[in-house]
Amino acid sequence: MFDVIVTLINIVFTILILMVLAAVLVWAERRILGIWQDRLGPNRVGPGGILQAAADMIKIFFKEDWIPPFAEKFVFVFAPCVVVITMLGAFAIVPFSPGTGVVDLNVGVLFFLAMSALAGYSTILAGWSSNNKYALLGGMRSAAQMISYDVFMGLSLMGVVMLAGSFNLREIVESQSDMWNIFPQFIGFCIFMVAGVAESHRLPFDLPEAEHEIIAGFHTEYSGMKFGLFFVGEYLGVLLISALAVVLFLGGWMGPLLPPFIWFCLKTLVVVLFIILLRAAIPRPRFDQLMAFGWKICLPVALLNLVITGAVGLAIG
Amino acid sequence: MLTQLNTLWQVLKHTTTKIDTVEYPDEMPYLAPRYRGRIVLTRDPDGEERCVACNLCAAVCPVDCIALQKTQDDNGRWQAEFFRINFSRCIFCGLCEEACPTYAIQLTPDFEICEYERPNLVYEKEHLLISGTGKYPDYNFYREAGKDVGVKGKGAGDHEKEPVDIKSLLP
Amino acid sequence: MAKITIDGQTYEVEDGQNLLQACLSLGLDLPYFCWHPALGSVGACRQCALIQYQDENDQRGRLIMGCMTPVGDGQILSIDAENAVNFRAGIIEALMTNHPHDCPVCEEGGECHLQDMTVMSGHHSRRYQGLKRTFSNQDLGPFIGHEMNRCITCYRCVRYYRDYAGGTDLHAMASRNRTYFGRFEEGPLESEFSGNLVEVCPTGVFTDKTLSQDYSRKWDLQCAPSVCVHCSLGCNTSPGERYGRLKRIQNRFNSDVNGYFLCDRGRFGYDFVNHPQRPRTPLQQQDGEQSSLTSEQAINQLKQKLKDPEICWIGIGSPRATLESNLALQRLVGSDHFFSGLSHQQEQVHQALLKLQRSGHGQLLSMQEAEEADAIVILGEDISQTAPRLALSVRQAVRSIGRSKAQAIGVPPWQDQAVQIANQEAGHPLYTLGTQPCRLQPICKQHFPATTSEQARLAFAIAHQIDNKAPAVSGLTKAQQQLAEEIAADLTNASRPLLITGAGHGSTDLVQATEQILAALSRRSKGEQPGLVVSFDECNSLGLTLLNHRGQENCLDDAFDIVHQSHDQGGKQIGVIIVENDLYQRASKATVDQFFNDLSDSVVIDYLPSDTLAKANLILPAASFAETQGVLINNEARGQMLFPVYAAGDNIQMSWQWLHASAADINDAMADFSNQAQALRACLETEPLLGALEPLLEVSQLQHQGLKLARMLPRASGRTAMRAHISVHEPKQPVDEQSGLAYTMEGVPYTAMAAEHSGGGMMPASWYPGWNSNQSIHKFQQEIGDNIEGPVTGIKLSLHSLPDPSIEWSEPTKKARAKADHLLLISHPQIFGSDELSALSTAIAERTPVATASLHPDDAKAMQISDNDLVQIHLQDQHIQLPVTINPQQAKRVVLVPDYLDEIRGLENIWVTVRSLGPNPVITSDRRAGHV
Repeated sequence: MFDVIVTLINIVFTILILMVLAAVLVWAERRILGIWQDRLGPNRVGPGGILQAAADMIKIFFKEDWIPPFAEKFVFVFAPCVVVITMLGAFAIVPFSPGTGVVDLNVGVLFFLAMSALAGYSTILAGWSSNNKYALLGGMRSAAQMISYDVFMGLSLMGVVMLAGSFNLREIVESQSDMWNIFPQFIGFCIFMVAGVAESHRLPFDLPEAEHEIIAGFHTEYSGMKFGLFFVGEYLGVLLISALAVVLFLGGWMGPLLPPFIWFCLKTLVVVLFIILLRAAIPRPRFDQLMAFGWKICLPVALLNLVITGAVGLAIG
Repeated sequence: MLTQLNTLWQVLKHTTTKIDTVEYPDEMPYLAPRYRGRIVLTRDPDGEERCVACNLCAAVCPVDCIALQKTQDDNGRWQAEFFRINFSRCIFCGLCEEACPTYAIQLTPDFEICEYERPNLVYEKEHLLISGTGKYPDYNFYREAGKDVGVKGKGAGDHEKEPVDIKSLLP
Repeated sequence: MAKITIDGQTYEVEDGQNLLQACLSLGLDLPYFCWHPALGSVGACRQCALIQYQDENDQRGRLIMGCMTPVGDGQILSIDAENAVNFRAGIIEALMTNHPHDCPVCEEGGECHLQDMTVMSGHHSRRYQGLKRTFSNQDLGPFIGHEMNRCITCYRCVRYYRDYAGGTDLHAMASRNRTYFGRFEEGPLESEFSGNLVEVCPTGVFTDKTLSQDYSRKWDLQCAPSVCVHCSLGCNTSPGERYGRLKRIQNRFNSDVNGYFLCDRGRFGYDFVNHPQRPRTPLQQQDGEQSSLTSEQAINQLKQKLKDPEICWIGIGSPRATLESNLALQRLVGSDHFFSGLSHQQEQVHQALLKLQRSGHGQLLSMQEAEEADAIVILGEDISQTAPRLALSVRQAVRSIGRSKAQAIGVPPWQDQAVQIANQEAGHPLYTLGTQPCRLQPICKQHFPATTSEQARLAFAIAHQIDNKAPAVSGLTKAQQQLAEEIAADLTNASRPLLITGAGHGSTDLVQATEQILAALSRRSKGEQPGLVVSFDECNSLGLTLLNHRGQENCLDDAFDIVHQSHDQGGKQIGVIIVENDLYQRASKATVDQFFNDLSDSVVIDYLPSDTLAKANLILPAASFAETQGVLINNEARGQMLFPVYAAGDNIQMSWQWLHASAADINDAMADFSNQAQALRACLETEPLLGALEPLLEVSQLQHQGLKLARMLPRASGRTAMRAHISVHEPKQPVDEQSGLAYTMEGVPYTAMAAEHSGGGMMPASWYPGWNSNQSIHKFQQEIGDNIEGPVTGIKLSLHSLPDPSIEWSEPTKKARAKADHLLLISHPQIFGSDELSALSTAIAERTPVATASLHPDDAKAMQISDNDLVQIHLQDQHIQLPVTINPQQAKRVVLVPDYLDEIRGLENIWVTVRSLGPNPVITSDRRAGHV
């Protein structure tokens, strides 16, 4: 009984914190982008503009909840929920510190991969159900991108799993007590970051929405809170990828002096900042370049990394 | 690959550079005189309306947001009976200013013309007309043009000869 | 056909034209100024230069003037050669040295041939630093503005005004670059064709003053193919509208009718459409109280009135209403209750003229064909006042002798100066018979001033001279006998003789005499039949007569009689529906007042603020010609469709629309009038003679690749601001459901039609990229001066179906006996003032002459009246006072007064006494002040 309550509290707190974080991240990203682009960013609502997120939320709640008459109604409503549910679900396996975390799965890595693959349906369904050619194009791009980048995301993690000898994320963190995985698995880290950014449709890999080409792609027809869900989903994705990068490659909660949870947060923040920096600096590639990069560079490199990791592992014994 | 990393580094360096923008309503930005904001109708150095209702601004306007009607005073001076700009349609492209042969229509650096009601964005001649000459202080079209509208007599312009005496017998 | 090579491309062109014509016909752009398709070439401006090469090996070539060089087989030419381009650029630069810096305040701007040619020649910045030549302007009257600084001395104006139109008061004065085009002293241009200077002048020297009052650029005017309504000739016009106001009329080229020119009444008489007192909402009038109604209320009220079993409804049609409106009224009240709206005398003359046209003795000529005539007799009609454009054609016919002379010595007809030198002062013979001197007199061989019965007697005598089977006329003076012989000789010697008469003289005898001459001529001529042109008074006189000529022939006087009798004898109550007719214009005031008193109800559908309107119980505002789609039949039986220039809104509708809306569910016969095409079809089915108009049904609906033709040019401006002061929400543009034209600029552009060679006849205005002026018309012609390509809006009916007309000689008119001490009162028409529509236009009103009584010197002497006296004319029960003019050129025993005087309505041809009141104390300048 007590376990159940603790788990429930864990779940509720995790969700709450994540939602707030996602909202704050929207604001934070805009301000940070502003700084890097020599301007101010939103600084009017609340101290330093921090309540901008709240204002945005209020605005988005009061917008007309419009479903186009030509849309596939049920799927149209369901699609934005998928991304939020899967992203939140994936957070269940993230170990924030030795004691906290919703669930301790021994197939944690696989669960994460499954969830992130499922999130792909969200964009595909949204694009299809909108009954709009730009939305459909966005959906199709998303589908192709997901399939391509899911493959080597999984492969890039296998090196880590080999080193730790486990799919359990806590065990993976603990296996890094001597050395963070980023050092032996640097190539794996790079590939994981690339694939992660692509999975969460972040610049430079935001081709499914590419507003200049296909006017916001899969969510062209979305407005109000349904659009808001996609928005939140995207930022949850950023947090998830950052958190996992920390867990898998950057030693998780481990660090001197400060409490483990703080270490975890700091490391995650650095990765989030890095993803925002990518957005600020790197332009969007063409779609064929994206596919070529995935299949012709990332996949072979990921396989090579796996082979070498295996060989070295065998040699060391 | 290296260029990408360089890009990241260059952007990151901007963390510490100076902000270029200003906090607009608290601090007014500097706008050049050629800035394309609210449109005005100016007067010539003699204080008369410069607009001669030639319709060129209306013709060139890509959103057709200028409508006017010509009238004339007792001297035959062409003027606008009404001159209307629908600012709710205006895209501030400045083509009207370029088309204007008399420097009458000019765009100003004032861009603060928002309204809660769209009809308030329809400016009539009395809203557009200012009392000064705007950016071109010296030009008076009717001093240059060959037509006599009471500004200068026939042949009294700087580049004009006296009117021909058609009864003269001189070769 | 000749083969010429221009810039390496070989073309086949028609022989006999000049190179400029050939280039323009081929669609090549060659700039020009002094050449005009109707005026020929003089080679004055040097702008149409091109290079001609000796042969294939010639690299240099030599400069030639396109307009002065005839087309020759095997010519090798270049328009784009550097020398030619530089030469043309140099010429335009020289022409522009003195051009004032005033395009923005020039009415010509945007449709200026000089602007177009300057752009075409590539001149863009002035290098000339010297002083500019200037001129003082003249006040040329209410029609034409004058700004001489803009002149480029192409001489087109005087060539048109003096040589073509026979004007005498516009001159080229002074010399070299000081040449001045104007009058000796300020004052209105006297020619009744002065308005064409606006279009002839390639720059802004002569501009349309009426347009300038309420100016809009050409690109902003919404236009439609229309037909002039100020006389019966049916000239094609292109009226322009903006902000719901009609702003100007321009010529619309139609080689069968008006060609390149209009008369001033047609061009400047449009202003009645904008009249401030024009009814614009339906009105109800009861006991002097007016209340306006919505169109729905008005329709319901008319419906109630028509349903009233107590009232018998009669209808009075109008010669200025369309076929559709007249027929709708005829259908509504039944043809027994339909009255033509013409006075008894006019109805008689109209029926006689229709009979003359149907007799088959002569062929009905268009104005274009009339220009080919080589002997002309005008009987009774003063065409320069009643059908002015026809008078211009007659001038060309007289002048055309020069072209045949020139042809004989190998000079092409377009060599204007050479043709004139060959011609000297000669002309084809022209005779006029009339009560008063006409404006064609200077080119007349002889003018015969006499009363209409004397004219008829002379005409019978001419017929007798041509064919002695025709009865002789007794009691002619020696001079008359001589004149008859002379005219007969000229007519029989001519290969294309032409007789012109009309409805203006009001005499059936004269019509009969005309028929006699025609019959005599056609018996003698082997080949072609003699030509005949008949002019009527109003734009649809013939159409009305055609709808009213099979048996019933009810006229306005019949209506007066019936209503009066019914009222006196306590018969059925009678109500009247009057369509577009002012009865006070056609009968005396007392008669019409009596008529309205006897009526129990009256409905008037009209667009003029008339006295008749003021009497009506229910007023329905009709659409004027500028808002009407319908068919008018002109004097030569050409059915022409006119299209609305702009949408009039709900409260103003075409007369037949009002009648249909009110009566469709009461009267089965009205079901046919649900749209214009159906209404026209009903007309065709009602009158078999109109059957040939069938193609108009299709032409009016013509679309191009599924798109309608735009009424505005693609540059039209102000669309999102025009109505913004009323509402910032732009409403849907009005949709024209009746025709193949679309309001606004959305639709097929004209250029597509020029490329496709189709639909040119439907062109709302003439425009082509790079050719903004009316000169662009050549882009739509296969050959210069030829008809516009594609379907046209007019079809000529053939009225007579009898191939071998039998001749019944009629007895000549007896000599009328004069009443001692009395003069015959004859009203004579005026180009400015007579037509009730144009008389309401301010510019025309300004030009309307002071009303005077005109007397022959002999009569004046006998009555001791001297010039400029004030005289009193005693009519039946009233008298009018007028200043007098003495004119030796007019008929004797006649007092002439203008026909627009209200007092003399319905009183033509009566004997009156005239008494002098001594010298005229006031110098009157106003027509209304003319009769005290």
